[in-house]
Amino acid sequence: MPVNDKNTPAKLTGQCVSIAYGQHRIVEDLDLIVPERRFTALIGPNGSGKSTVLRTFAGLMAKADGTILLDGHSIDTLSTKEMAKRVGVLLQGPVAPEGLTVRDLVQQGRYPHRSLFGRWSEQDQDACEEALMLTGMTTLADTALDSLSGGQRQRAWIAMTLAQQGEVLLLDEPTTYLDLAHQIELMNLITVLVHKHGKTVVAVLHDINQAARYAEHVVILKGGKITAAGPPDEVISAEAIADVFGVKSVIIRDPVAGTPLCVPL
Amino acid sequence: MSRSKGMPAARPSGSLSMTGRSRLLALLLVLCLLVAISMWAVTLGTVRIPLRSVGNAIFGFDGSREHLLVMTIRLPRVLAALLAGSALAVSGAIMQAVTNNPLASPGLLGINAGAAFTVVLVMTLFGTGTSDIYLWYAFFGAGCAAIVVYGLGSFGLAGQSTVGLVLAGAIVATFLTALTSAVLIFDQSTLDTVRFWTAGSVAGRTMAQAAAVAPYILIGLAAALLLGRHLVTLSLGADAARSLGQNPLAWRAIAVVLIILLAGSAVALAGPIGFVGLVVPHIARLTIGVDYRWIIPFSALGGALLVVGADTVGRMLFTSQNFPVGVIIALIGAPFFLWLARNKAGGAT
Repeated sequence: MPVNDKNTPAKLTGQCVSIAYGQHRIVEDLDLIVPERRFTALIGPNGSGKSTVLRTFAGLMAKADGTILLDGHSIDTLSTKEMAKRVGVLLQGPVAPEGLTVRDLVQQGRYPHRSLFGRWSEQDQDACEEALMLTGMTTLADTALDSLSGGQRQRAWIAMTLAQQGEVLLLDEPTTYLDLAHQIELMNLITVLVHKHGKTVVAVLHDINQAARYAEHVVILKGGKITAAGPPDEVISAEAIADVFGVKSVIIRDPVAGTPLCVPL
Repeated sequence: MSRSKGMPAARPSGSLSMTGRSRLLALLLVLCLLVAISMWAVTLGTVRIPLRSVGNAIFGFDGSREHLLVMTIRLPRVLAALLAGSALAVSGAIMQAVTNNPLASPGLLGINAGAAFTVVLVMTLFGTGTSDIYLWYAFFGAGCAAIVVYGLGSFGLAGQSTVGLVLAGAIVATFLTALTSAVLIFDQSTLDTVRFWTAGSVAGRTMAQAAAVAPYILIGLAAALLLGRHLVTLSLGADAARSLGQNPLAWRAIAVVLIILLAGSAVALAGPIGFVGLVVPHIARLTIGVDYRWIIPFSALGGALLVVGADTVGRMLFTSQNFPVGVIIALIGAPFFLWLARNKAGGAT
């Protein structure tokens, strides 16, 4: 389902964003637009700064320069709590204490909605039940996370971010380490979240073809710079793949979805 | 509020969690045991005093020898054990949560040694007095030790190494314990006063001493109970905590203040009793799961139970009544913990 970005309002916008580790600048003058209620994929080779960009847009990393706007307002003006109410984040390889159950974890998603010593409300309960249901984790709610499979664990963490009830989800390599079936399941979940629940999702993906098939907006990063951004049809080309990944390929049509499919030579 | 609404789904054997009801039962069981042992401990001694007289002494003090014995020796001793035990166990539980390190405890990370060193130093320099005078020195020593360990092992920073922190703590603890010993070698009179105290002892505490420390420990325990939920969030890691809207630095700072308050108070009152802060939170975790909203109260009761129980056992075995409780705890605590860890590890997963 190709979408013309120009007609979609921006949910998250980065203007001239620079990010540095100490003196070393990783990202320089980045302009990134994340369209609202769309699935945006960040792709690029290792070390291109994808995760760094995601972390910075999540407010987890200080930027050296520039502005990041959420619905037109700088995220610097938002408190950590306000930010957490609107943006859910799932980073790579999250670790929960041994023995923590899925329900315990999902309930943590209500943290930003509760006052300092506030009680657990009906609303909190409903948000958790809904998050568990959406991710298909209801029957596993009382299971310890460490006894689950990788795919189930990933779904549990996504359920936690859903319990936050924010409009935006930022996911760092959500499909890495998952087998094919779980990857497809997760991509379908993201599609449902975007189209049925109006979420804006940004995910760092390693698989170009996965990005092309499921995302509506693809952003290609190389060396901390955006080399291309737009619908997969416009962005994914043999030239772009050769330029960014240094891999020669042909782009054909995905026989099932009709999206661009990159086949390396 | 009920946490586990509906869904009594079959729990896989790998899960260590319990329902709210069975946790509450476990907590009540420990509480009953604690009350029973504490009452028994007051009756026990060279002179057996019936429980009825103990009650009379507390609620209708008549100045008799028996009542005097209860109010000036037996009861303060039991109260000191209760306070020190709960404070050490809870501070250990908070440390394990904040550092994400199962080996963290006020004993292993040098907090107790820091408090003990400053107290001994002040006693040597300014002579011995009552416990409330030393309380602030104990806080100061505990705080300094925490800062040094923090510096050496990047205590509380993201990406900290488990080994680095424990190593830093062990170095600081060993160094400060050696300094304490050195100070005591040169000062015989202080050594005589604090010999038992440095091994961790609740013998000879006065009601005034227990009363001086009690407010700090009670405030610390109350705050720790409220901290529980935030500790669960913190234990997901700094990034996850921040993405959930928690300010990890602020909550770490609050946690460290509580650790120093609790461990410092306990050391000022009963000396650096080891093991309690390490073992009790583990027992809590093995028994009722990883939720700090339950671990904190369980640790408070369990720590009090361990210290009162160990002290009572010591008084039964060694009727001199001065055997340091710290020694007994290590003697009975270590094998018990090994047994528990082996049994639970074999049973689960």
